[in-house]
Amino acid sequence: MSITIPYEYKYLRAKKRFPHVWCPGCGIGIVMGSIIRAVDAMGWKKDDIVMVSGIGCTSRMPVYVDFNTLHTTHGRGLAFGTGVKMANPKLNVMAVMGDGDSLAIGGNHIIHAARRNIDITAIIVNNNNYGMTGGQFSPTTPPDAKTSTTPYGMIEPGFDVCKLMDGAGASFVARGTVYHVTELDNIILKAFMKKGFSVVEALAPCPTNFGRANRLGGPVEMMKLLKDYTINTSQLKVMKPGQADDKIVRGIFVDRDSISYDDRYRALCEKAAEAEK
Amino acid sequence: MIVPWGETRLVQGNEAVALGAIAAGIGFFAGYPITPSTEIAELLARYMPLLNKKWIQMEDEIASISALIGGRLAGSKSMTATSGPGFSLMQEGLGYACMTEVPIVVVNVMRGGPSTGLPTQAAQGDVMQARWGTHGDHPVIALAPCNVKECFELTIRAFNLSETFRTPVILLPDEIIGHMRERVVFPLKEDVHVVPMPVPDVPVEWYEHYHESTLNVSPMASFGSGYRYHVTGLTHDKDGFPTRKENEVIAKMERLKHKITRRLDELEDVEMHNVEESSVVIFAYGSVYRSALAAQAILKKRRKTVGIFRPVTLWPFPDRTVKEMLDSKDVVLVPELNQGQIIHEVERMTRDSVRVVPLHRIDGYEITPEEIVDAVMEVI
Repeated sequence: MSITIPYEYKYLRAKKRFPHVWCPGCGIGIVMGSIIRAVDAMGWKKDDIVMVSGIGCTSRMPVYVDFNTLHTTHGRGLAFGTGVKMANPKLNVMAVMGDGDSLAIGGNHIIHAARRNIDITAIIVNNNNYGMTGGQFSPTTPPDAKTSTTPYGMIEPGFDVCKLMDGAGASFVARGTVYHVTELDNIILKAFMKKGFSVVEALAPCPTNFGRANRLGGPVEMMKLLKDYTINTSQLKVMKPGQADDKIVRGIFVDRDSISYDDRYRALCEKAAEAEK
Repeated sequence: MIVPWGETRLVQGNEAVALGAIAAGIGFFAGYPITPSTEIAELLARYMPLLNKKWIQMEDEIASISALIGGRLAGSKSMTATSGPGFSLMQEGLGYACMTEVPIVVVNVMRGGPSTGLPTQAAQGDVMQARWGTHGDHPVIALAPCNVKECFELTIRAFNLSETFRTPVILLPDEIIGHMRERVVFPLKEDVHVVPMPVPDVPVEWYEHYHESTLNVSPMASFGSGYRYHVTGLTHDKDGFPTRKENEVIAKMERLKHKITRRLDELEDVEMHNVEESSVVIFAYGSVYRSALAAQAILKKRRKTVGIFRPVTLWPFPDRTVKEMLDSKDVVLVPELNQGQIIHEVERMTRDSVRVVPLHRIDGYEITPEEIVDAVMEVI
């Protein structure tokens, strides 16, 4: 019997770096699969791709993919990525981050990356807590949720990542989940295609920490939550006011054409040369 | 032509740093405004786009040094300029650059501290922060210029050393040096030695990002050059992947240390005047060294002989030379624009019979030659 190896394998450091560190039921591996399929669809050469990350569960992803990979300090993935992209604009730069990494410690960097509209794709895996350190609350932990640092429930309001990024000026903003994988593949592909700063929020379960602390069940039950509590933009259109209040909307929220930082810098160099003449 | 090769100009210290960076082939600058270093960023913002080089003002100093490391990994010589408070924020990135062995240059024009301190005034308060500011054992190279010409020369040397040793190099002018203006005779371009970015020549499948070469430093490939590798601040093996295996952890940490300690000859840079014939020696660096030279001249008129020992490279500290030259002296006077930092290193390298005497000034002003003369007269 012959075994057909899925094409995704050629993008993995399959022989060297597995098994991975993620817990059973974790959603990060699914996001990694979506990224790889989108990369394949783009036809990018592995040599021309840079994946940067910060610190945390999601940020361990670069170890497993066979690109130029940069695992940086907590929250700084986009700042490192900005340097990479500026020094060599031919490289396709993506940043993979968790919710805590990108929005708490890295909050300043992500809003400025969006404002500059630098040509980087940011993929935020949102599992509502800090998984690697044992399930503390993050800027996306829902109200009243229990975590190891909110034993009496979360009292801080959370961020809506997509609204934040829209306001900060990103060219492309979308949300998907690891349950709706085909949809996520397409969203990430569109984000890669977009020139300028693109953000994809991928909702993912963390059964080990967030799920257990809030008695949400195991991996299967948590997947079901993603299915039941999210709707796409066309479903939203046909719903009556109030009907969608407890639902999270998936889909593409921002898709606008604005000049990327890279292009503006190139124009600046030309302008400077002109002024000196 | 931005660098006035072969010409004579009146130049500011910070300006000379910017020109030195251009001369060394800077490809990327990322910074955040801070007094008293801003002229460096401002001038490079004007020069670099003319040369099609990349310049960016980031959202803070942490982002700046992070972007620098990314820039160098993608193949551009990278530098930033800051001062004490910004340098504190950069410690995270400095540690990362040490650990991942990415060559970058960090200019810290030292002002009064701690905290916001004296933003427009001089100090030498970051000498120990430069050595031990980031956590964990790590290699450090730091250079302290004493005049405008050296701002130009040592910036180039900082780039050269960072490429040679694959490690961040810190340039530590104090505010006096950064803001003073002097006549500088610029060298001819062909007389300036610039180390190009080393590139690996091995086949892709043989490439090890941290090859254990005899010199403890191996050429670093750039992203996009066909050598794909992993970079992490986690302790890693020679391919760059995280490891906790004892032998690999020890090998990494030892190599980080030895790449500096086994090549001290290339790093040590001291200036000595009349040290051998004097029983009293002034140990000074940066702007204080200038006052020490003036004090030496005043004392000479009074028929008193004092020596001057000046480290140009502050870190690694010139242990051997200090021991050899100062261990038999009666008195070593250490004037510093702080409450005593490098003096502990001098004490460490001299026996108890040597009187190591401090002279501090912490009000943001220079130590004058007269103050040094008075201090010498007291101990002679």
